[in-house]
Amino acid sequence: MAQALNNRGGVSAGERREWLLFGLLLGPNMLLFAVFTYWPLLYNVYLSFINWNFVRPRRRWVWFDNYIKVLTNDQFWIIVWNTFAFVLLAVTSTLVLGLLLALLLNQRLRYRDSARAVIFSPVVMSGAVIAVVWSYIFDPRYGLLSQILGWVNISSPDWLNDPRYALLAVTVVYVWKNLGYAVVIYLAGLQGIARDLYDAAHIDGAGAWERFWNVTLPGLSPIAFFLSVTSLLACFQSFDITKVLTNGGPANASTTLIFYLYDLGFVSYDAGRAGVVAVILFLIMLVLTLVQVRFTERQVQYG
Amino acid sequence: MALQEELTIDRRDIRTMPRRRGLLLPQALGYAAMLLTVLIIGLPIYWTVIASFKTTAEIYRIPPTWFPLAPTTTNFVAAWEGAPFARYYLNSFITTLVGSSLEVYFAITSAYALAFLRFPRKNLIFIILLAALMIPAEITIISNYLTVARLGWINTFAGIIVPGAAIAYGTFLLRQAFLSLPFEVLEAAKVDGAGHLRTLTNVVVPMAQPAIVTMALLSLVAKWNEFLWPLLVTNTAEMRTLPIGIYWLRNQEGVINWGVVMAGSLFLIVPVLLIFLWLQRYIVEGIAAGAVKG
Repeated sequence: MAQALNNRGGVSAGERREWLLFGLLLGPNMLLFAVFTYWPLLYNVYLSFINWNFVRPRRRWVWFDNYIKVLTNDQFWIIVWNTFAFVLLAVTSTLVLGLLLALLLNQRLRYRDSARAVIFSPVVMSGAVIAVVWSYIFDPRYGLLSQILGWVNISSPDWLNDPRYALLAVTVVYVWKNLGYAVVIYLAGLQGIARDLYDAAHIDGAGAWERFWNVTLPGLSPIAFFLSVTSLLACFQSFDITKVLTNGGPANASTTLIFYLYDLGFVSYDAGRAGVVAVILFLIMLVLTLVQVRFTERQVQYG
Repeated sequence: MALQEELTIDRRDIRTMPRRRGLLLPQALGYAAMLLTVLIIGLPIYWTVIASFKTTAEIYRIPPTWFPLAPTTTNFVAAWEGAPFARYYLNSFITTLVGSSLEVYFAITSAYALAFLRFPRKNLIFIILLAALMIPAEITIISNYLTVARLGWINTFAGIIVPGAAIAYGTFLLRQAFLSLPFEVLEAAKVDGAGHLRTLTNVVVPMAQPAIVTMALLSLVAKWNEFLWPLLVTNTAEMRTLPIGIYWLRNQEGVINWGVVMAGSLFLIVPVLLIFLWLQRYIVEGIAAGAVKG
């Protein structure tokens, strides 16, 4: 585009008017991004190098002190472990259960559309309110879960206040809420696999399992890849369920990096360490996104 | 389960076989699995609904009842009176409608500019816009809080709405939709002497309506459910939106008064569920379309 302009030498008045209109139409959106998305990114880097409690006017430049403080803290590594445990468990269960359900709902069963609507409905509900509802379900005396466990004579643990179960409880609620999203995406993928491929495999004498392994799964792999990356990114950002259900507790047992960032910034008022965690989180997401972009490009080239 | 359909096309052409026979067992298993899933997803919602109609005594009865013995609406009244829910609704409606309108407006204008107008280094600008998708709102909270505080926007609608009003994903979706419109129609508008703004409002927007509706619905749902940002920038009850209000109601009444908390939760869930059931097709297809294209 720029080259074409240079070749033409001058720029017509009409074209200048188009530039102005372009600026008027796109400008406000870009300005908001500059102020509320890109600037914070730089500001996080700045914060990570200073010592500040948000209130005092004095900010001290401390180089890598905050990084050292964060990275040498045992609590940080527990939180990193929590984050990866939560992300891996949530993503794999969403991907596997989602695939099974999509395969099921891809069959010609009656009421499958209604079933799909029910499975998808938690996706449009507020995560915070879902967590409120589940905090009642997890109630060790009067909750739904303790009632169901009671049928098989198991006494309910105090899910949300027991460090062994708190993170698991958050994961269960997260998967319950987001499973429907994976199902809908997989279903779209299944419908995109050409019928001919199945017919060809059938003519070649492939059995049901062979068709599943050789046609369905490869046909779904781009969609599964898309889902795994978007789910990973979404899991790293998951905040509301943790905040409402366990508030990161007990004793950090269900604190993930995003919750730690909130906690450092808005509870401990430690701008520097919050900046460090924000930078680390951004780098994780950047890597994940770049992997996705690279992979998708290759797909297009060879696909 | 997954093999059921595959089994049926074994040795016979599926098109010549309208009815399947001899497969009652897999079919029964299929329905059983479907029922189980619907129960797992549906039971918590059912549990919420019945709890909100139970008396306090019944909620704390062991074993619990599966149907309210004496259905009552006192929980709804208590929730409505226990917290300023009318105000929460008003705040949620304002922030959702204004926030989504801004997003839709920005998405339409940005997508039009990127699709049809000339500008130096336009592709670079598009990439910069798309890069914003990579930066989650959650990691911008500290800087944005300071910015909003400096602007004097804490506890204001502007503070809740403006930082989240820019839109990258919707711009991307609408740009795709605009570029796939039939070229001849756009040319015809030009020949008729329509300028860019006339083309935008009279030709492009009406023709790309399905994509715009889908985008608007996704935006509405996201704004209605937003939690972290309104939680941070409001610290008075009068400015809280519904999700924040229900969170505080749970903190006040949870454990001791589950019925009231569940009734409050329904205040938020029911409107969104009704809209979802009504416009399910647009929402589900919009999400699926974004994935298949992306």
